[in-house]
Amino acid sequence: MPELIAKSALQGRAPLTLGGVTLAEVPVGPITSIAVFPGGAKALAKGLKGLGLTFPAPNRFAEKKGARIVWTGRDQAFLIGAPAPALQGAALTDQSDGWAVLSVAGLGAVDALMRLVPMDLRLLAFPVGQSVRAPLNHMNAVLLRTEEYAFELMVFRSMARTAWHEIGVAIEALAARAALKP
Amino acid sequence: MCPLCGERDRREFYYYGAEDFLNRPAADAEPGAWDNYLHLRDNPAGVTKDLWYHEMGCAQWLVVTRNTVTHEIIATELVAERAK
Repeated sequence: MPELIAKSALQGRAPLTLGGVTLAEVPVGPITSIAVFPGGAKALAKGLKGLGLTFPAPNRFAEKKGARIVWTGRDQAFLIGAPAPALQGAALTDQSDGWAVLSVAGLGAVDALMRLVPMDLRLLAFPVGQSVRAPLNHMNAVLLRTEEYAFELMVFRSMARTAWHEIGVAIEALAARAALKP
Repeated sequence: MCPLCGERDRREFYYYGAEDFLNRPAADAEPGAWDNYLHLRDNPAGVTKDLWYHEMGCAQWLVVTRNTVTHEIIATELVAERAK
């Protein structure tokens, strides 16, 4: 069996920086979906302890030693950045190649994303550590606020270039408007 | 509006129909019960309950209690929680 080269969805695309906002692809490593069985929460919590993580509350994510756990639905979470140990009490599925992860960072990141996501993303309403499943225009996406001025965004891999384009247009429009101001 | 995701935009939700769809008659129920389940709906001016799907969010089915006169949303609950 020849050694195959794994490619990310937007491999080779240079980050786009305009008006202080940078759009880039993020290599995140393995992504595993954890879907809790009815009554499996206790066994799962025990297994997650080994990673120093707990099952996240709705709309939250947590990080520990490079591993991130993100709430993605009722009784479902994604473990990102670390190979999943053999966890009990939940169905595990490898989703690593199914997603494209983008980062949008900079002072204007909030304004760019709020053109596409019908939510209040200002810091007070959407603090660091919050993650939501929300539409990015018409795409299903998972949006995380990793820092005060930095977001990460997960979209289906097939939507990677569309998402890049949509966000790129928003960033361009904002930069163009800023350039007009005297 | 969504019990899991919080206040969200109307466009994220998909309307299915009356809450009656949750009360499926037994397989051997008489035709009248099935007729009622499939076709007969109340059309109240006031409080009503329907099924909505949080399509662009957490992908959960919701029972929404709302007022057809004032358009007020009175309550939302997860269908999954109700089944427990």
